[in-house]
Amino acid sequence: MIETRPPAEVPARAEALPGAAIDEARASSVAKLRVFRGEPGTPSRYDEFDVPVEEGMVVLDALHWIQGNGAPDLAVRWNCKAAKCGSCGAEVNGRPSLTCKTRLSDFDLDEPITVEPMRTFPLVRDLVTDVSWNYEVNRSIEPFSPPADVPQSDWRWQQEDIERVQEFRKCIECFLCQDVCHVLRNHETERPFMGPRFLVRAAGLEMHPIDQADRRPYLKDVGGVGYCNITKCCTEVCPEHIKITDNAIIPLKERVADEFYDPIQWAWRKLRGRSDSAPDRRSLPVLQAGRQAEPSIEPTPERLARAVGEDSPVAEPMHAAAPTTSTPAAEPTPAAERTDAGKVAKAARATAGPRAKRARRRPDTGDETPSEG
Amino acid sequence: MVGGKLLNNARMAELHAREAPDRVRELEAWGAVFDRTRDGRILQRPFGGHSHPRLAHVGDRTGLEMIRTLQDRAVAAGVDVFMECTITRLITGADGVVGAFGYWRTTGGPVVFPAKTVVLATGGIGKAYTVTSNSWEYSGDGHALAYSVGADLIDMEFVQFHPTGMVWPPGVRGLLVTEAVRGEGGILRNKDGERFMSRYLPEDRRGEYASTDEEAARWVTAQSEGRVTDARRPPELSTRDNVSRAIYTEVREGRGSPHGGVFLDISYLPPEHVRRKLPSMYDQFKELADVDITTGPMEVGPTTHYVMGGVRVDAETGASTVPGLYAAGEVAGGMHGANRLGGNSLSDLLVFGQRTGAAAAAAATSVAGWKKAPYLDPVQVRDAGRELSAPLEQGSGEDPYALQRDLQDVMQRLVGIFRVEADLQEATSELSRLKARWPAVGVRGGRTFNPGWNLVFELRNLLVVSEAITRSALQRTESRGAHSRIDHPETDQAGWGGRNSVVRRRPDGSMEVTTTALPEMSDELRLLLGGAH
Ligand SMILES: Cc1cc2nc3c(=O)[nH]c(=O)nc-3n(C[C@H](O)[C@H](O)[C@H](O)COP(=O)(O)OP(=O)(O)OC[C@H]3O[C@@H](n4cnc5c(N)ncnc54)[C@H](O)[C@@H]3O)c2cc1C
Repeated sequence: MIETRPPAEVPARAEALPGAAIDEARASSVAKLRVFRGEPGTPSRYDEFDVPVEEGMVVLDALHWIQGNGAPDLAVRWNCKAAKCGSCGAEVNGRPSLTCKTRLSDFDLDEPITVEPMRTFPLVRDLVTDVSWNYEVNRSIEPFSPPADVPQSDWRWQQEDIERVQEFRKCIECFLCQDVCHVLRNHETERPFMGPRFLVRAAGLEMHPIDQADRRPYLKDVGGVGYCNITKCCTEVCPEHIKITDNAIIPLKERVADEFYDPIQWAWRKLRGRSDSAPDRRSLPVLQAGRQAEPSIEPTPERLARAVGEDSPVAEPMHAAAPTTSTPAAEPTPAAERTDAGKVAKAARATAGPRAKRARRRPDTGDETPSEG
Repeated sequence: MVGGKLLNNARMAELHAREAPDRVRELEAWGAVFDRTRDGRILQRPFGGHSHPRLAHVGDRTGLEMIRTLQDRAVAAGVDVFMECTITRLITGADGVVGAFGYWRTTGGPVVFPAKTVVLATGGIGKAYTVTSNSWEYSGDGHALAYSVGADLIDMEFVQFHPTGMVWPPGVRGLLVTEAVRGEGGILRNKDGERFMSRYLPEDRRGEYASTDEEAARWVTAQSEGRVTDARRPPELSTRDNVSRAIYTEVREGRGSPHGGVFLDISYLPPEHVRRKLPSMYDQFKELADVDITTGPMEVGPTTHYVMGGVRVDAETGASTVPGLYAAGEVAGGMHGANRLGGNSLSDLLVFGQRTGAAAAAAATSVAGWKKAPYLDPVQVRDAGRELSAPLEQGSGEDPYALQRDLQDVMQRLVGIFRVEADLQEATSELSRLKARWPAVGVRGGRTFNPGWNLVFELRNLLVVSEAITRSALQRTESRGAHSRIDHPETDQAGWGGRNSVVRRRPDGSMEVTTTALPEMSDELRLLLGGAH
């Protein structure tokens, strides 16, 4: 028999262990939150809320309290509340942060705490932005390419060979690094730049012990690795503590430099005739500064029903705009009053250290890059 | 099968064991970077209840590695992904499910997907409880969608309470402290410093666990080096149901830690080892609780984590009892029986995700003229659209957040780790009162990314799963795995051993709760299990 063990005395009713809600009776003080509200096409504003503060509370707890106490429609994207999913990024007092791990106790509660959406991406509403540009950039990177002639059963590598790659793969795609990066933030769209997140991703592939692809032409001509000027703002905001600049970007810059400014490399590349010619790898999508207008279909149930009726089968999913958003969206509401995370950038620039040492060469598994061998 | 207290679908357990290694190798071929052994192979470790170290892993973020690998693979393969699109209704035709209706979170606009086959992969139900390790998305949507079109749900009484969630500070109560902490050697102690787990080991399995601290320590060292050892595993690696009850009992009997948990200690291992193997846990405690796990113990207590129950599926194909509808992952039932072993969900997803996807695709493309989208009944689409608009038109009314708090409170208080008839009866009547409040829910604001409005439909689903859990728990008058009845403490193998609970929707909309015989076990497995049942 499989034993289960009830409590020592058998009570008539079970007794729950304590719950998790914020208990106002336990609250020790009050924080004033100034929260950005608005959506494209409407005037934006900052709403202020007095939130009871309990020990250990984070900004996201405060936003949840606000939703449950007066502003149920406050738009916040969040998911795990454990700094694992990367969805609750916002700018807290101008600093790109995960709201789920930004403690209220880190602030002077006599001053209001300002919470705003990530500024680099188009606004959806309140604290939510449209980060889909990032997924399009991701698509332009050549995927993992293991050697065709080594059976997987023979793949062997040491833990120390993958420590760096594993560091890069810790990325939770919160896009705070993309948000803080001034090349993206200032919408210098004439410069195609993939941003720190995707340099980290590319580095994770390039430094994989058995990956065979050569992404250097792509990194140089499409990804724009040269536009990074090593201010290290990205490293500073990374919640996973990935040393983005030192461990990913600088080594990539060096690999690209070796490849393109070393005549032997150059000749070798010509000889091999390698080029990256997948059609969608030739350019990066443009990062919109504002939200794009949606198709303005009034989605009455009747129209919907008609649209999917027998005569006009819908092969593709239909994406209809809601009545409230069917007017073409105007310029989003960013503007003067939003605090400037450039402060973070400047501070970081001032402290940018010397260039890191040259990257460890990747283990030689038939890689055809002689100058690294 | 033993960990699931023999209530598992034996064929699913078998397929899982046979096919998981291939799925892991497939991930590696797609770029996953697993931790390595000294000779350069994939390093494996055990979790609770495992008799063999079999979990391929990446520190304490194996799930993230899977997500990233599959995401990259999907991107490379050109799979269409519809982000932030919530399905609220399945559309049925004469031959079962023919499509789905939902809305885009960012615009609130409605959307329909005509589809020959639909695979539910919506995860679990943790949001029904106040204390949970789950994200807000775990609102039982797939369970409720399947139920709404008449599919069977099985084993809904089996909700896994993970033994180690954070208990302090209040905002993080319930956040998961991964089993990897115990897998790497974490020791549980009560406030008197007693290593209490050995007192709670089931007598018939005691022989599998270390009898001294020294033996447990030898096991920890060997396994971190990927070495074979004759030392037996530490008592902390008992199954989750058992460890949760032990912690609950320690706390209830007054031997808990200051914030109502117990102590979990890994700080006796070298700090750099702890930081390398448990980096997320190190950061989580450091940043959210001001605790350095390399120098002191964590405070932990049980948290709602996983639902073993789910859509009743065919082991080979993932097909539900309604044509055209499939389910895989946490939303599917059967694989884990009465208690899931740690690590078995991720491999379950891989094995049955692959099988179900392939079967659903084959079924969808097997009929003549399959490229033509199925006809969707306009009345169903219209009604689904009206349901979506109703709370907005209602404007003011019942506050969805208040309803959510009340629902979570009922489930947390009355349908938790230990259950008893009086509590479950009270929960049933409380739930019908909450259900009656639901139609009056009104929300402010528009459709654009409006969490209050989105919550309304999650609540509809949570009310269904909560009722299914409660009624199934009331029906099963025994204790087995994660289901512990104070008034029926023994495991009744003769009466309940061969029976799964079944929940289905009657045509009049009421909930029917019955049982069904467990699927037959193969002779091979019967032989293997031998004395276990
Ligand atoms: C903190 C934590 C740690 C865990 N650690 C482990 C571990 O170490 N090992 C292990 O084996 N298991 C672990 N588990 C369990 C395991 O992670 C889950 O069971 C598993 O991820 C479930 O996968 P799934 O594919 O079924 O659902 P999910 O991965 O949760 O995906 C469900 C998806 O469905 C979407 N969805 C839900 N409803 C709708 C709807 N109505 N319309 C559209 N989309 C919808 C959600 O947005 C989500 O993207 C852990 C769970 C948690 C919470």
